[in-house]
Amino acid sequence: MEHSGSQIVIEELKANGIEIAFGIPGGAIMPFYDELQSSGFPHILTRHEQGAVHMADGYARVSGKVAAVITTSGPGATNTITGLCNALMDSVPMIVITGQVATPAIGTDAFQEADTYGCSLPVTKHNWLVKNPCELQGVVREAVRVATTGRPGPVVIDFPKDIQIATADYNPHKTTNIAPPAEHKFQISEPNSEAIDRLIEAIEQSEKPVIMAGAGILKAGASAELTEFARRTGIPVINTLLGLGSFPGTDPLFLGMPGMHGTAYANMALCDCDLLINLGGRFDDRVTGKVDRFAMNAVIAHVDIDAAELGKRVRTHIPILANVRDVLALLNAQVKIKERPGWADQIELWKEEHPLNYNWDDSIKPQFVIEQIQEISGGDGIYVSGVGQHQMWAAQFIRFNEPNSWVSSGGLGTMGFGLPAAIGAKVGRPDKVVWLIDGDGSFSMTLVELATAATYNIPVKVAILNNSYLGMVRQWQELFFEKRYSHVHYPENPDFAKIAEGYHVQGFDIKDMDKVRSTLEEASEIDGPVVMNFHVARNENVWPMVPSGAGNDEMQLGPEKTGQIT
Amino acid sequence: MRQVFSILVNNHPGVLSHVSGLFARRGYNIESIAAGPTENTETTRIVIVAFGEEETLEQIARQLRKLYDVQEVNQLAYNRSVSRELVLATVAAGADVRTEVLQIANAFGANIVNISDSSITIEASGNDHKTRILIKALEKYGISDMARTGMIALPFDGMPEEWEPLA
Repeated sequence: MEHSGSQIVIEELKANGIEIAFGIPGGAIMPFYDELQSSGFPHILTRHEQGAVHMADGYARVSGKVAAVITTSGPGATNTITGLCNALMDSVPMIVITGQVATPAIGTDAFQEADTYGCSLPVTKHNWLVKNPCELQGVVREAVRVATTGRPGPVVIDFPKDIQIATADYNPHKTTNIAPPAEHKFQISEPNSEAIDRLIEAIEQSEKPVIMAGAGILKAGASAELTEFARRTGIPVINTLLGLGSFPGTDPLFLGMPGMHGTAYANMALCDCDLLINLGGRFDDRVTGKVDRFAMNAVIAHVDIDAAELGKRVRTHIPILANVRDVLALLNAQVKIKERPGWADQIELWKEEHPLNYNWDDSIKPQFVIEQIQEISGGDGIYVSGVGQHQMWAAQFIRFNEPNSWVSSGGLGTMGFGLPAAIGAKVGRPDKVVWLIDGDGSFSMTLVELATAATYNIPVKVAILNNSYLGMVRQWQELFFEKRYSHVHYPENPDFAKIAEGYHVQGFDIKDMDKVRSTLEEASEIDGPVVMNFHVARNENVWPMVPSGAGNDEMQLGPEKTGQIT
Repeated sequence: MRQVFSILVNNHPGVLSHVSGLFARRGYNIESIAAGPTENTETTRIVIVAFGEEETLEQIARQLRKLYDVQEVNQLAYNRSVSRELVLATVAAGADVRTEVLQIANAFGANIVNISDSSITIEASGNDHKTRILIKALEKYGISDMARTGMIALPFDGMPEEWEPLA
């Protein structure tokens, strides 16, 4: 039966489990939007295409489902680039459909024409420019498959206007094959049994083992297996920034985050361990510090689903190419229990000597606000961040109870990610309270999406830790550029509470310590989005810190802390 | 070190951009790139000569294998494969040195494709070793124009595994 290209895409999105789209219409995508409306496909109209992509990102991270993003050609498409790059770096699946000028006009510098295929090529897992409506069915199916299989990632389908209208025979039950068979692309290796044996032997020989668990655990749905493995073996667990939530933050074996702003005890354990088991992390430079000083005394095992990650940055003794859940299942079945009292005592001592902490005074300390959010929510909410100091404090001070409850831009470090990602997260998990911990700089970059939150009444709880600075850059200038502060100050920040009200969102302005807790409690009860502008201590720094280019053993602890122990 | 990559890809528009873009954005060095159809109309073979540290070359192969349209990546060992390149070179050769240049061309089994009053254009093919020596020999007379196809290569079929590659 003949269907228009637009109808085919919508039918295939539905058939492949896509339940929602975020986007903005425009000239070159109008036939598709016309069909979208009549099909009743759920769609959230955003205020900027970057917002739409980050919403799809937040949605996918918390729900495990995939959303579509729809934009027009030219600027609509180029506005997705940051979000695509962000999703690619953090391995987040999404299907981005961009309108394109009609095929005869491609290459003529037509109105709102951009080379979306070329622009999106380096920031996607794969991309397609569809020039024949007969290909659409196969392309959409393949796009979903590419985005969600193996190491997930974003894909783009560039969809010319005439192809949206052109018709093709469509049979939803047809099996399609758009490329010569590339089945091996989608096959996940079974764990190599010899490598598993070597890992088990290494574990049994090790006196000072550490697990470092990354986002691969979350993507594989292997949190339960990880928790079982750690508790059974008594091996302490470090979570990378993106792996947070994959292991209970309240477990005594939990060591927090490693690397540049990791806990002192996590970095000490990394430097001292004799076996490092990296489960689904990619040895990011913020984790390793200077590579040749990283885990120098350790046998390093690395489990990853992406062959290109094995040995990419860190010399690995036991590389295992597999789904980390399969590996953990094998380990749990085979590994023997071994007591390592000396190592456990050492780690306890490090924890006691160097707890996460901060100094108290009359000002509102940003860490205090985060601790209050943690207390009010009990670690059961979904926590989203922007990028900067507040992100590191959130990663340090929140104790995540559940997998997929932390949404943060890790690899790309995209300021402005927070608000749209929080909106997407709330759409993906409406049963959860979604807290956004943001900075004034980050929030300013995409705050226009407050309008989206208000329009659809998406009740995200926004806590801006407002220090009137690009705080992380200010910190680096203070520490590494001899306090030569260059363009990091926002002395005339807007009144964010009033801005919120302008968007029909309830706003609070908090300048007193006494009001922190009560405002957060009030906000959590409000049935709708809320913006809380916390005027926090302006010159607070994130500690500990491994200076850029230094080894984790050169970590600086910062000034002595005299405040409450966390 | 140098490495010849023989890459089988789906014959799709854009696939060359995906492959060459990977080299560009990850900072890998390409010495030559040649692409052409294979025995299968749906498949193209891209041969890339790249250089870098051993780990980098392995990383290149792994990153290439991730590309959707890449079916197969072979890292060809020098003595387990045949490689050829076609070179066209116009040599400044007036009447006084014409015989010498023709002799050199002849010695290398090269064809003469054009002769003018002041130049000779030579077509030569061979492996990397041969073309380099020929070009060096001709440089003495002055090469005014040169075009090279870049290396193409195939693994030797049926070579027993136990045959050690020559040094």
